[in-house]
Amino acid sequence: MVTRAEAALAERRGDLSIKGSENGQKALAPAPSDLRMQDQTVGATTIMEPMIEIRKLSLKYGEKLALQDISLDIPKHQVTAFIGPSGCGKSTLLRCLNRLNDLIDGVQIGGTIRIGGIDINDLDLEITELRKRVGMVFQKSNPFPKTIYENAAYGPRIQGIQSRAALDEIVEKSLRQAALWDEVHDRLHESALSLSGGQQQRLCIARAIAVEPDVLLMDEPCSALDPIATAKIEELIAKLKKQYTIVMVTHNMQQAARVSDYTAFLYLGTLVEYDLTKQIFVNPSKKQTEDYITGRFG
Amino acid sequence: MKRFWKSGDPFIWLSGGALALSLVMVAGLVVLVMMNGLGFFWPSPIARLTLADGKELVGQVVQREKIPQPGAPQGTPERYRIQVRVGNRDLYGADFVWVEEANIVRRDFPPDALLIERREWGNLYGFIKEVRDGERVVAQGSGDGWNALQTYLPGETETFNEIRRIEKREIGAINHAQEKIRLEIKKLGLRGPDGSPEVARLQQELETLAARYREHAASLAELRQSSRRSLVVSAAGDKEKELPLAQIVRAYRPDAMGLLAKSRLYLSRLWEFVAGEPRESNTEGGVLPALFGTVMMVIIMSLFVAPLGVLAAFYLREYAKQGPFVSAVRIAVNNLAGVPSIVFGVFGVGFFIYLIGGSIDRLFYPEALPTPTFGTGGILWASLTLALLTVPVVIVATEEGLAAIPGGMREASLALGATKFETTWRIVLPSVMPSILTGLILAMARAAGEVAPLMITGVVKLAPALPIDGFWPFVHLERKFMHLGFHIYDVGFQSPNVDAARPMVYTTALLLLLVVLVLNLTAILLRSRLRKKYTLSII
Ligand SMILES: Nc1ncnc2c1ncn2[C@@H]1O[C@H](COP(=O)(O)OP(=O)(O)OP(=O)(O)O)[C@@H](O)[C@H]1O
Ligand SMILES: [Mg+2]
Repeated sequence: MVTRAEAALAERRGDLSIKGSENGQKALAPAPSDLRMQDQTVGATTIMEPMIEIRKLSLKYGEKLALQDISLDIPKHQVTAFIGPSGCGKSTLLRCLNRLNDLIDGVQIGGTIRIGGIDINDLDLEITELRKRVGMVFQKSNPFPKTIYENAAYGPRIQGIQSRAALDEIVEKSLRQAALWDEVHDRLHESALSLSGGQQQRLCIARAIAVEPDVLLMDEPCSALDPIATAKIEELIAKLKKQYTIVMVTHNMQQAARVSDYTAFLYLGTLVEYDLTKQIFVNPSKKQTEDYITGRFG
Repeated sequence: MKRFWKSGDPFIWLSGGALALSLVMVAGLVVLVMMNGLGFFWPSPIARLTLADGKELVGQVVQREKIPQPGAPQGTPERYRIQVRVGNRDLYGADFVWVEEANIVRRDFPPDALLIERREWGNLYGFIKEVRDGERVVAQGSGDGWNALQTYLPGETETFNEIRRIEKREIGAINHAQEKIRLEIKKLGLRGPDGSPEVARLQQELETLAARYREHAASLAELRQSSRRSLVVSAAGDKEKELPLAQIVRAYRPDAMGLLAKSRLYLSRLWEFVAGEPRESNTEGGVLPALFGTVMMVIIMSLFVAPLGVLAAFYLREYAKQGPFVSAVRIAVNNLAGVPSIVFGVFGVGFFIYLIGGSIDRLFYPEALPTPTFGTGGILWASLTLALLTVPVVIVATEEGLAAIPGGMREASLALGATKFETTWRIVLPSVMPSILTGLILAMARAAGEVAPLMITGVVKLAPALPIDGFWPFVHLERKFMHLGFHIYDVGFQSPNVDAARPMVYTTALLLLLVVLVLNLTAILLRSRLRKKYTLSII
């Protein structure tokens, strides 16, 4: 089964179209056209404007193979969801995109990943530059033990913004975007840890978008939230996708169906199926996918 | 039985009991020290005891104990004896006598019994016979004498203080300047013979200083001349003593004092203890130099140990690749805390004093050699030795704090494009601050109470000057210093007059406890302020 899925996804189109150039809104320089990778077919459609291109990615934690030969294109200004059973490698894949796995001892990574046309493992690319362009919201909300304001201003400060006025503006804007402003605007200088779990998670989102990244990675952003907070964050994601390319991991099928445009189903470190969300949920091409989605899995 | 154990009740009792036992022991210690220490300053009554053989004793009752009668038949009445502080060491030879209670035929408390705390020879007990001005008698008898004493004592004390001030400040400054010039001359001599005009100028300066010294000496002589009033006291046992008023620290009649007067006297004695200079080879007077030395040493030690321990812990936990080697280092560091402190002291002598101090002397103070400047014990070396002794505590506490910081926090910062250093500096360090302070509190408590390594790295029984004074460069880290812990040892076990010194042991111990308490409270307050800043902090 795995091999069949792989075979389907490994199908390549021999088109060398030039389209990487307008990707990477700000920092990432356009890739030379001859370096563009081959396009990836997603089900019946071709992604015309991929923001992230993953090719033959595999990853080992020591001896343990966590990702195996994964190739997919993630479209710009769309929401892509990774689904799959626990331990299948969703978080690992996500963390490859901002090279957060580099921190773990004994990780070996193979294959290439391009974001906005630039190879993120390029030695010339400062890892901090990459991470400034690829923001991340974690599974477990992890605000800094600082004030709400300082949390939102952390990224901009790291980027060297010092003017109080500019920071004020950024903080307000990102908190508004994260739908948190109305709740906290009168207590910006209180500890972030005094917020509720859902507010903390939205603060983490605000913190991530304060630096205006191109890509926003969200690892189960709603796993610890109640339905109302979840709805708020889903609303937020729908709004944010106008500006950001969003990749999210979720265990909630309804959520994936509601908010995502594309869905990738992973199983035991391999990519089983990747298609338009509509397609995956209405008419999955793999039996395994269907079983998982309908809850008949395992 | 098995059910009973399973219910968990015995465990609660056991743990509660263990806590209670520890608390009782600690409280017992503190109460013992407090009672013995604080009671000492209270003016206890002066008793006049008439013995069966007609002898008279005047003094303060210190303690009462049963006389052991081994082998006595059942029903023998118990016998007690009391210890009396009779003072007048210069007259009787000893401060204390034991008297069997059965031998006392009369005990009364004469209101005119006088206690004089002297600058030398300890307490004097007796009755005023007369007050003299030079050879002339100005007042006679207890009543008039007491009044005359009240009139003259303040002036005499002032004169005495003025003499002391001139000796210490003015003449001290001259000595200091002279010493510097002599060293300067020696330095020029070391450099070569061609410094002669300079040497001549310095010699000239020495001359002026010597002239200034002579002026002061003259005014001292004059002051001494003016202070010629004295007191004649008749003491028990038909003795008499003439005492210059300048020798009196305090004179009072406890049996004639009300509660208010006694309280005032109590506070004044307490204050003298905390803020005064020691007298009589430390057994009397105050402990200010020791208090000052202790606090200063702890502070200098903290200045060294905090950065050292924190940096080491950061490297161990944040940067080093975790593995068998790092684990071995960690175990070694933890075990370092168990090395006997005297071993650290020996290391301090060998490494800091002889090696580093000796090199500093050779490089920067060759003119003073063979007298060592840094090449001998001093507050800097003692603090460094203690920093070494307490650094494991800070490392362990900081490491534990670092381990408690959720990894997600570091990742969040890195994911925002921060470098590892920015993450450490802006996120990890503030979060670990409370743990660092906890480590520092433990380290300070340990250092303040440590004596053994200090004895060989710079603590002395009596330091001529504080490590901070008015002479450039104001802070003299090479100086020897006094320390409360050593003071306890010295006063309690090295003094010739152990009975008289015993209360000092308790009071000094109490003061040391207080110093540790105050230092700790400061750090705890700081820590809770930090914690409050981040309300529900995870650490
Ligand atoms: N730091 C690590 N060291 C070793 N193995 C790891 C590490 N992190 C993850 N793994 C392994 O890699 C595999 C994939 O883990 P990953 O966290 O990506 O799963 P996931 O799909 O996100 O699961 P979940 O839905 O439960 O979050 C798992 O088998 C896990 O045990
Ligand atoms: Mg996960």
